[in-house]
This record gives sequence, structure tokens and C-alpha cells, in this order.
Amino acid sequence: MDFEYTQSEQNFRSEVRQFLDENLPAATDKGPVFMKHWLKKVREKRWVGFSWPKSVGGGGGNIMEQVILKEEMSARKAPPLGTCMMGLAWVGPGIIQYGTEEQKERFLPDILDSKYHWCTGYSEPNVGSDLAALQCKATRDRDEYIINGTKIWTSLAPFASWISMLVRTDNFGETDNKHDGITALLVDLSTQGIDIKPIENMAGGKVFAQIFFDNVRVPIKNRLGEEGNGWAVTISSLANERSSIGEVAGLYTKLEKLTDLLSTSKWNGQAAITDKKIRRTLGRFEAKIEAMRLNGLRYLTKQIKGEPLSSETSVNKLHRAELEVEMGDFAVEKLGEAGLQLRNQEDAVRTGYWATDSLNWPTVVIGGGTPNIQKNIIAERILGLPKD
Amino acid sequence: MNFGFTPEQELLRDQVRRFLDDNCALPEVRRIMKSAQGYEQGHWQQMAELGWLGLIINESDGGVGLNWVDLVVVLEEMGRSLYPGPYLSTLCFTAALIDITDSHTQKTLLPGIAEGKIKGSLALLDRPGDPHVDNISLEAITTGEGVFLSGSKPFVHDCGSADYFLVAYRQAQDFYLALLDANDPSLERSHSATMDFTKRTGKLTFDNLDISNAPRFKVSEHQINRLFDIGAVGVAAEMIGAAEAVLAITTTYAQDRIQFGHAIGKYQGVKHRLAEMYVDIESFKSLVYYAAWTITDSAEELSRSASLAKAFASDAFAAIGIDAVQLHGAIGFTQEYDIQLYLKRSKWSRASFGNADFHYEKIIEQKQNSQGI
Ligand SMILES: Cc1cc2nc3c(=O)[nH]c(=O)nc-3n(C[C@H](O)[C@H](O)[C@H](O)COP(=O)(O)OP(=O)(O)OC[C@H]3O[C@@H](n4cnc5c(N)ncnc54)[C@H](O)[C@@H]3O)c2cc1C
Repeated sequence: MDFEYTQSEQNFRSEVRQFLDENLPAATDKGPVFMKHWLKKVREKRWVGFSWPKSVGGGGGNIMEQVILKEEMSARKAPPLGTCMMGLAWVGPGIIQYGTEEQKERFLPDILDSKYHWCTGYSEPNVGSDLAALQCKATRDRDEYIINGTKIWTSLAPFASWISMLVRTDNFGETDNKHDGITALLVDLSTQGIDIKPIENMAGGKVFAQIFFDNVRVPIKNRLGEEGNGWAVTISSLANERSSIGEVAGLYTKLEKLTDLLSTSKWNGQAAITDKKIRRTLGRFEAKIEAMRLNGLRYLTKQIKGEPLSSETSVNKLHRAELEVEMGDFAVEKLGEAGLQLRNQEDAVRTGYWATDSLNWPTVVIGGGTPNIQKNIIAERILGLPKD
Repeated sequence: MNFGFTPEQELLRDQVRRFLDDNCALPEVRRIMKSAQGYEQGHWQQMAELGWLGLIINESDGGVGLNWVDLVVVLEEMGRSLYPGPYLSTLCFTAALIDITDSHTQKTLLPGIAEGKIKGSLALLDRPGDPHVDNISLEAITTGEGVFLSGSKPFVHDCGSADYFLVAYRQAQDFYLALLDANDPSLERSHSATMDFTKRTGKLTFDNLDISNAPRFKVSEHQINRLFDIGAVGVAAEMIGAAEAVLAITTTYAQDRIQFGHAIGKYQGVKHRLAEMYVDIESFKSLVYYAAWTITDSAEELSRSASLAKAFASDAFAAIGIDAVQLHGAIGFTQEYDIQLYLKRSKWSRASFGNADFHYEKIIEQKQNSQGI
């Protein structure tokens, strides 16, 4: 056991720090002008798509360098390395792994240059956790697919230009081999026949949408991977997103905010933090976050040693889901009625940050697979218990 | 960066595992835990020969010269087997000797510990309560005739089998540890098993005991706190193995037991609880490993890391112990079935070196002190 870094890793860390000293001085106003400059700079460094191979314009960073970059960026609360989130997280890696040369040339540079947003079309009104049961259908007409059906809960759809989606090209209505017959398509959202209807969430945000496809024609050159192989494409692209360093940094920041809140706000005339139960709860949050950090390092060590990871990442997903629900709820509970005031309302606490936060947890808790599903994964794949 | 074990440490784990499987499987544990002594001298001697009793003792003092990360491996496996014997108490005693006493004392005792001839235990607290210096109130009285202790130390681990004790007391404003020979006839000691028969405790009583001839060492509050933290990490390391055993036993049971036409492990009320146990064990395992690493490699982090580990483990293992019995149905309630032994261990572990209430409070208090919040 050691937490030391090699000379070249240390050098890389210094390089990142120096870059941050120069390009992200304390109290930087992170407005649009700054962001434009920032994105250009980090792109020049090849830190956008840092884990991608150099041959496709990425940074070719190894696992440890990726970790160091994330750690340093999180520690300084730096803006993101590129704004095309889904493109960087899994659409791009999917294209790198399964895409044609033409697709790589056409899409990867735009993702790295933060040109436009991608969104991800998996869920449908009747298809959620059981994703492989998807029904949105595509039929072949010479060198085109014709899509009919609908996708829902598609995050960023109101702002995105392209969607990476799954459609059914075979095995319609079957339940036994539902994983077969799924195909991945890359679709331009400005194509005729696409209608995007934003959906307002309970916190007031309009980030996801339902998308309707009415005889939408997509050239077959926009298919990702083989026809009928969409399930494998999806599973392996999603596996790219597994480090929890950024999340841990975010949770530690939130815990700081929460501790600060409870140290300064009064209850019955006393600082809330003097209460034993409140202190214990804060300690419990800290233990969970630290456990996430250390679990991440343990799994990272396994990866470095080349040991296969099973579904261990579900461990941190479950912790994070719990923390996201509990921390916001705890803040709002301890603030009493003051905690209910939203931004601009009278007596809003911290401009309603916690009120909003306490309503936003579904993004994390439901968005990436619900806790029940994560527990099924652990029970079945790790513990070897029978499937439902 | 390597937050894992070396191949040598994995070999050590295999060795401990094999030894315990061969010599100290649960039927044997049950026999030993009911014996008067509470441990098996033959095993102790074998463990000495294998080097486990001198793992953290320097080679120049007859030990192996390894550190706490290696020890975690041994403790984890002992926890898994519910090994009954004074290993952990002697270990804490050894750690204190190394941290606090002079080289003469170390040269006198450490080789004997490594050889299996000497066992020891810490007698720090003198009233039921948290591992906190406030709970050390025994006061030495100095007169022309000597230095005298009157009072008692309850709940001394393995009080009956120890050959030496390090006893904490106050004198004026300072704390001291006195090294007392357990066989001194004027030292009164009682001992008994706890609810967890694999763990023994007892009481030391001092009736105007003259300690002027005993080696005595002045210790800072910080040094005592470090001993408490080391103890907490040691207990928590045993908790990892014990909790993993619970999960393994219960998972197997859930695969085998059929109700309503299916293995009960198919039902989410069962399988999800098992998945949650896995999540908790994985997590306190990470916390404990890190805390063990800080003991030698990052001492200033020990207090926080030990408390995070012991707090998380205490809550989690206590709940795991109870739920595992519940998931077994009535058979879990029987003496014959092993799962209840682990439930008892979970309660012993929670109480030992501070429960979650204490450790969470300590974390917040130290944060407030250091950051002024
Ligand atoms: C903020 C947000 C953003 C999202 N963004 C996207 C996106 O960009 N693209 C996209 O395709 N989708 C997106 N989703 C959808 C998301 O992937 C689904 O919500 C998720 O997979 C769950 O599906 P569902 O909502 O249909 O719930 P269901 O699957 O219907 O589940 C309902 C409840 O039943 C439980 N349940 C279901 N099956 C089981 C089972 N076998 N055992 C036990 N319990 C079960 C679930 O845990 C849940 O509590 C987003 C969702 C949210 C909340």
C-alpha cells in the first residue's frame, strides 16, 4: 500500500497546477467570455477527451494521468474540460470503438471542440429499467432507416443537435431474446419528422424532453456498429464512465456548504451544529463520502493491476444516490420553514440553494439506473443470487 | 499509487487463512470459547513460530519488522474465523510498548511477546464510557513510602490470560502508564467471558498497590489518544472479516433455502438487503485499510481515519449481525447455528474502542477545532 506518485506523474501534476495558476486565478469570473477562452486553452492542451487516443484527437492520457487531471481540476473547482458532456462521456467512446472512419472524422472533432450537444435516447414511455425491451422502431428502406416511435426523459434534448439512440430493427414484440435486434443510430435532430417537447421537472428545470419520431429518415451510414448489435455497443460505451473522483469532490464541497450552513444558522437561538444528532449525521455523511473516495482508489488499483472489475461501481452509485437525497433533505429539514423559501422569496436561505437542491436528487438517483436496479446488479453479478 | 496489498501480504493472508481453517474452524472455536482459559496455548505457540506475534516488532527485538497494513490482513482473517484468543489485546499492548516505553523495557518484553511467552493488555479506562482521557481518573498517591494506586480498571481485554498490563493513571496534571506484572499477588484480577464467548474481559482492582518499583512512563494526551485509535483500527479490521463471513454464510443460505417454490435469495426483500451488506462492507473495508496505513505512514491523519472507519463499521456490522439472523428465520436463533456467534461479535466490536456516536462526535469536534467553524 502506498500513495506515492512516480516522477512523471508528479511532473504531470505540476504541469496541471501551473496551468491552473495561470489560467484559473482565484475569484475568476466564469462568464461566457472566460469560458470561451478556457475551452480553447484546455483543448490546446489536449485535456478535452484526455482519455481518448491521440490518433482521434484525444490526449492519450493513461489511467493515473486521468486521475491526476480530475483531482486537480476538482480541487480548484475548475469549469468542465469541454462542454459536450454526453459526447465526451459515452457517445464519443462508442464512436471510437464501433464507428466507421467517416463517423470518426465527422463527429469526434466537433465533440472535442464543444461545438454542439449530443443527447442519449434510450428510455421510452413504457421502457425504463428494462431497457432491452425498447420498442421505438426502425425499418430499412434501401440505404435509409425510417424511425417511428418516441423517446422520453432525454436529457439536454431541448439544446442538443444530435442524438445517439437505440431502436429496434428486429425481434419486435418478443420477450425472450429482446437483447437481439437492437440497433444504435446517430441522428441529426433537425431531420424532418422529429418533434421535441420539453418536460418541466419538479424543481422547475426544463432539461429533459420527449422526442417524437414520425417517419424520420436516417442514412444507414449513421448506424453505429452492426445492425442488431446495439446492445453490445451501449454496454461497452457506458462502461467508459466509471471513475467517481469528480463526484466525490462535488460531495465534499456540498458537505462543506452544509456544515457551514448549520454552523451559521440558528435553531431555538442556538447554532444548529451544537445539536448532537446533527453532528452525528454530518459525521455519517463524511464517512460515506470518504468511503466513496477510498473505494474509488481501491477499484482504481485493481484496474491498474489489470484485474477485471465486476460491478463494483454500483457500490459508489448507491452511496451517491443516498447522499444526494439525504444531504439536501437534511439541510431543508434543519432550516424549518426558512428552508422552503426559493430564490427571490422573502427570507430565502443562501438564495434558495438547498430548497432547489432538495428537489433535484432524481437526476442522480433515477437518471443513471435506480437503486433497486443497482442492488439487483450487486446481488446477481457479485453475490451470485438468482435473477428476479 | 497502490491502494491494495502486495503479493507478500496476499501470501500472508493465505497462510493465516489456511492455519485457521485447519486448526481453528468453528467447531474448534466453540470448544475453545467454552474452555476455562478461553484460548489454545498450542495455537499461540504455532502463531509465534509463524511470526504473527512479532509482526510489528523490529527484527532487532525478535520480531518480523512489518507494519499495520500487514496486521490488517491477519486481523481480518481472525475476524472471519472468530479466532478466540488474546491476539488483539496483546497487539495493542505491543503497540503501546513500542510507542511509549523505553528501550530497556522493550528489550525485556518484545522478544518474549514475539516468542509467544508473554501476553499483555491495556488497562486504560476506569469507568464505563468512551475511549477518552476524561474516563481515566485513577489518581496515584505519592507518600514517603511509595506511589500507590487505589481503584479499579473494569473491562480489561483478556484480563485473565495477560502476563502484563499497562495501566493508565494520573499524577498531578499528567498521565502515566505503569507496567504491572499480572502475577504480582497484590494485584487483584477477575475475568470472565462476555456475551461473545470468544472475547474475554476482566477487572483489575488496586487496593493501595505500591507501584514505585514498576516501570512508569509519562504519556501525553495525544499518545493515549493514539492508542485508542490504534485499538479502534484493530477492532475494525477484525470486523471486516467477520462481516464478510456473515455475508457469505447468509448468501449461501439464501441460495439454498426454498420457500414459495424458489430460493429465498430470488426475493428482493432478501437479495437487496444482502446487496446493501456488500456495499457497507466494501466501504468500511476501504476506510479501515486506509486507517491502518495512516498508523505508520501518515500519523497526523490517524485520528480522523480511525474514527471514520470505526464509526462506519460499528453501525454497519451491528445492523448486518441482526439482519443476518433475521434472514435465516428461526434456525438463526439457535445455539447450534453459527450465525448468532457473529451477531454477538458485532455487539462486542461496536462497544470496543468507541461506538459510532463517540467517533462521529470526535470527527466533528476535531474539524471544528482545526477549522474554527
Ligand atoms: C433526470 C433524469 C434524466 C434522464 N436522462 C435520460 C436520458 O438522457 N436518456 C434516457 O434514455 N433516459 C434518461 N432518463 C431515464 C432513466 O434512464 C430512467 O428513468 C430509468 O432507467 C428508470 O426508468 P423509469 O423511469 O421508466 O422507471 P421504471 O423502470 O418504471 O421504475 C419505476 C420503479 O420501479 C422500480 N423497478 C423497476 N424494475 C424493477 C425491478 N426489476 N426490481 C425492483 N424494482 C424495480 C424502479 O427502481 C423504480 O423505483 C433520465 C431520467 C431522469 C430522472
